Amino acid sequence: MAQTRAIVITGNGTNCEMEAAHACRMGGFDEAVIAHIAEILSGEVRLDDFHFLNLTGGFLDGDDLGSAKAQANRLKHASVSGSGEKLVEQFTRFINAGKLILGVCNGFQLMVKMGMLPAFDGDYLNQSVTLTHNDCGRFQDRWCYLKVDASSPSVFTKGINKGIYLPVRHGEGKFVCDSDATLQRIEQEHLAVFKYSGSDYDAATMEFPANPNGAQNAIAGICDPTGRLMGLMPHPEAFIHYTQHPRWTREELPEAGDGLILYKNAAEYVRNNLV
Amino acid sequence: MPNRIEIALKNGVRDARGERIKREIGHFLHLAVEEVRTIDVYTVDAPLSPDLLEQAAAGPFSDPVIQLWSLDKPLAEGFDYAVEVGFRPGVTDNVGRTAREAVSYLTGTPLADGEGVYYAVQYLLKGAMTVDDVENIATGLLCNTLIQRYTVLSSQEFSRKGGFAAVAPKVQAETRAEVREIDLEVSDEELMRISKEGVLALTLDEMQIIQKHYRDPQVLEARSKMGLSARPTDVELECLAQTWSEHCKHKIFAGTVQYEDEHGNRQEIKSLFKSFIQRTTKDVREKMGDKDFCLSVFKDNAGVIKFNEQHSLVFKVETHNSPSALDPYGGALTGIVGVNRDPFGTGQGSKLIFNTDVFCFADPFYDKPLPKRLLHPRRIYEGVVEGVEHGGNKSGIPTVNGSLVFDERFAGKPLVFCGTAGLMPARVNGQPGHDKYIKPGDLIVMTGGRIGKDGIHGATFSSEELNENSPVTAVQIGDPITQKRMFDFLIRARDKGLYRFITDNGAGGLSSSIGEMAGECGGCRMDLAKAPLKYPGLNPWEILISEAQERMSLAVPPEQIKEFLAMAERFGVEATVLGEFTDSGVFHMQYGEQTVAWLPMEFMHEGLPPMQLPAKWTPPQHPEPVLEEKNDYTDELKQLLSSLNICSKESVVRRYDHEVQGGSVVKPFIGVTNDGPSDAAVVRPILDSFEGVVTAHGICPRYSDIDTYHMTANAVDEALRNYVAVGGSLELVAGLDNFCWCDPVLSEKTPDGDYKMAQLVRSNQALYDVCMVYNLPLISGKDSMKNDFYDGTTKISIPPTLLFSVIGKIEDARKAVTMDVKRPGDCVYLLGCTADELGGSEYLAMKGFVGNKIPKVDAMSAYARYQAYHQAVLQGLVASCHDLSDGGLAVAAAESAFAGGFGISIDLSRVPWQGPEDGWRDEALLFSESASRLLVTVRREDSEAFEAIMGGEGCSRIGVVTENPLLSIEAIEGHDVIMADLSELKEAWQKTLREL
Repeated sequence: MAQTRAIVITGNGTNCEMEAAHACRMGGFDEAVIAHIAEILSGEVRLDDFHFLNLTGGFLDGDDLGSAKAQANRLKHASVSGSGEKLVEQFTRFINAGKLILGVCNGFQLMVKMGMLPAFDGDYLNQSVTLTHNDCGRFQDRWCYLKVDASSPSVFTKGINKGIYLPVRHGEGKFVCDSDATLQRIEQEHLAVFKYSGSDYDAATMEFPANPNGAQNAIAGICDPTGRLMGLMPHPEAFIHYTQHPRWTREELPEAGDGLILYKNAAEYVRNNLV
Repeated sequence: MPNRIEIALKNGVRDARGERIKREIGHFLHLAVEEVRTIDVYTVDAPLSPDLLEQAAAGPFSDPVIQLWSLDKPLAEGFDYAVEVGFRPGVTDNVGRTAREAVSYLTGTPLADGEGVYYAVQYLLKGAMTVDDVENIATGLLCNTLIQRYTVLSSQEFSRKGGFAAVAPKVQAETRAEVREIDLEVSDEELMRISKEGVLALTLDEMQIIQKHYRDPQVLEARSKMGLSARPTDVELECLAQTWSEHCKHKIFAGTVQYEDEHGNRQEIKSLFKSFIQRTTKDVREKMGDKDFCLSVFKDNAGVIKFNEQHSLVFKVETHNSPSALDPYGGALTGIVGVNRDPFGTGQGSKLIFNTDVFCFADPFYDKPLPKRLLHPRRIYEGVVEGVEHGGNKSGIPTVNGSLVFDERFAGKPLVFCGTAGLMPARVNGQPGHDKYIKPGDLIVMTGGRIGKDGIHGATFSSEELNENSPVTAVQIGDPITQKRMFDFLIRARDKGLYRFITDNGAGGLSSSIGEMAGECGGCRMDLAKAPLKYPGLNPWEILISEAQERMSLAVPPEQIKEFLAMAERFGVEATVLGEFTDSGVFHMQYGEQTVAWLPMEFMHEGLPPMQLPAKWTPPQHPEPVLEEKNDYTDELKQLLSSLNICSKESVVRRYDHEVQGGSVVKPFIGVTNDGPSDAAVVRPILDSFEGVVTAHGICPRYSDIDTYHMTANAVDEALRNYVAVGGSLELVAGLDNFCWCDPVLSEKTPDGDYKMAQLVRSNQALYDVCMVYNLPLISGKDSMKNDFYDGTTKISIPPTLLFSVIGKIEDARKAVTMDVKRPGDCVYLLGCTADELGGSEYLAMKGFVGNKIPKVDAMSAYARYQAYHQAVLQGLVASCHDLSDGGLAVAAAESAFAGGFGISIDLSRVPWQGPEDGWRDEALLFSESASRLLVTVRREDSEAFEAIMGGEGCSRIGVVTENPLLSIEAIEGHDVIMADLSELKEAWQKTLREL
């Protein structure tokens, strides 16, 4: 049987590569490779050889020019050694081949700043939304309830009942659109996959700390219209097993954490459609 | 002429940074400002076309959704004053560095040497204020003038001048490569002048030893062969000063102490380090026999113990106090990224798995006058907290454990303890991971950042030396991303076996790292001219001792060098061959062809005789408070919960990523609403295993006012009981000692030096005594011995402080225990006895007293109790457990109750008491800080089994968990002595630091 292969890009300040690769394996991928950006730029590793790309959490280039800005610039302009192609061409080829990309936290920031989300009309390189400084002005590590839009096209969230509980760990997570039209279109097309909510997952909330950053319409994560590209500020890879839950010593919890389903869905999609 | 690119937020976009500054102006300077807006400024000093500059502005420098940009045209409008703040020449400018690299992706080639991009922030202030107010805002808040420069323009001046001028803060200097010779054939006074003026910090004895060395005919003969005269070069003298500094050589801990106790008994102690610290480890290891788990102690950058058959644990804790006093942000940031390099540079290198941090500050709400030159404690608090936040978060290492300790004397010097643990393979390419060696002929390689004048001579309190043209030498700013890149590369190079030896470049720079490495094989030859520099103008001695950050030194076998350098280049890491290791017995430095230092290794490392240190112990007597007995102590409890040392630190802890790497098991905040304070941290460093690492610490400087022996015993006990509380195993746990003392060397400046030295002796005695009983080998540590402030009139000495950290294992992390009560009906047990020991307590401090009845640790009985308790944990009998420390039983019970969301009802008459009956009072039962106690809850159905395991080990059932959310404590006499709603107690506990 063909192998399902996930890749996690690291380097220049990415931090969550180890647990993201672990989550991919736990989710059912046959292989999860951690590749340093240097190995991709040198041509040793090619995105074409994988089905699921993880752009995960960290502080790319220290977020010095604004979160993930410097890496977005690098990916757009850097060339791959010996191939004569720009790295960005590998990305567009990956997307056009119908493959999956999940951006978490810094990876989500990178995706929106590259223009890969929400990517209306198949334009994956024009930025229309951003993630900026939390309203509270501080980095926050806290757990949040995320209401899931069951009507969203996201392939990652199939089967989620009402919502999931995950940690956020960011200073620049406030979701902002460039116009009301963009926001409306995101809502109309059900691209706002995750919204910060109360513990019952009933209604989105703008109240701190349930909404930790003041995001527009409480949006915590979005997907593109195909549902194959998704980004979110909370960390699904940080809740794969019950011992990662802040209250596991006092609540009866299932073995698997809420975040695992995203990786399971990704693995299943790949198995059914890409291999 | 450089170009200015400005980036402003679009109208209607919230300026969180500006809002924060506005709040701080109101809070600190009591000035009402209407509005603060901010603009980012990039000054590009490179010949780029306008088209490229616009691409940079519109691309990497700005976010089109929320920001606007301009090129060489100011964006500011609608303000009364503008303040622009940028770095001084030569100061690490991380944003500028990233911007420079971003530009090079656009042009396709790196910027040339001398070209650059520099970052600044423009603050636009609106409101009624004077120029003086603005100056105050600039120097009091926006700018640390040690490392930053600022310009103020009123709106009129701004429009007249067309905004701020484009200035690139470039270091203006020429390569001189000067080597001076110093004549030591001079009077003693002259020797001391040389030492003082050169900031060498060498004593007269030490200067005379050096003088004598340069009279030795054999030395002179060898020198003449190398083309050197009989006079030392500045490179040699600086190198010796570094190698022999207190910071590197630990002369106080290595000195000979004449100790006299309160009874007049005299004792000569040859080296506190050898007599107590090393001996503790040696004796504990012997006692443990084949259960000994220590792998590498004291000899490397960090201690190494066994974790399992495949992996070893590495741990180190450091301090960065003086730099944090000068520049709290940069000092603390450097502290954390600096200690990261210790476990990374231990053995063959380890992967970093968590950070810990403990800060000691003065009251951030301090409102009395401070000596000039001391920063306000709130600024230190803000800066240190942010520095460690950036250092830890950006490095991708979870900050899992720590604390904040407050005492007014920390206004003189804040203490910033930063710890880092690592995990290394037990074997790397067939060799034990914790071992390393060097063969003569191996190449000296430096990787990472470049060398500048950063941190030369460490931090000094004088800003006069600094001006626009001289780069800052006093302060370093860490760059976590450059370091992260280097680690990403080196850990892969380790696994490929591309180097033989690795160590950190910290204090003393190359002189220390290469000096120590040369000791491994017996010599080295290095060409300082080969070292990559940040900017020209460094003399050879400066290159040798610079403490520029983010550098590691390695020994690379010649046959691997090609692959090593090629891989470094691929990973974007600078790596340079500087020379080779030898067995010549000489530390040989060249600058090009010229020999600039030729020091026999033996003289460098063994040439220094021990210091002679007098120590005399006279126990202090404090007024014994007589406090009126009260019927109700609810108000006292609330006041204690709000006190700085006890209150919730959640506003700080949430700023630290404590979950990255995915192994978090017991988090800093837990309980029904994720806001109860954990005793210790548990992490799983290997995600497909349930073996956990447990870490905890103890620190109690207040007890030093009574007796440092008991201060130390309590700190060790606090660390171990926190560790035990969450389920840490007593079979595999090790300790780290970090001493922060005030100067204990008797001198004119320190007339009570012999008392402070005696405090140090007593602390060491306790360390040995308690660790021996607890089977705690000491695997690493550090001392910082000069934590005083003195400006000629005011002297502030910190209370002698020991931070004791522990690291160990929990076999199955799924058995970990947290401190929140779990369900109504559970039985409440108190383990351990309470005594009339309010001396040095938070309670007495709140009443304005110190007292004398200090808590004493009965280590033998405590250890038996901890062992029994651990058995109960392994059998799953413990529902919750919280350690009793600051504030005693009342505070612990309140915390456990509100963390769990259920009430606790306690009967004080059932609390086991030790000692004279006349001290048996409600007050002592509630607030005494007697050591080695744990508050445990157990399911009713498990209570029999629990009691059976605890047996006679000081376990008493004192109450029950209740559905009713109340803390109710019954007095000895039977009335309610505390009765309070949990929400009120929690509010009291949370409110103090919530807004900081």
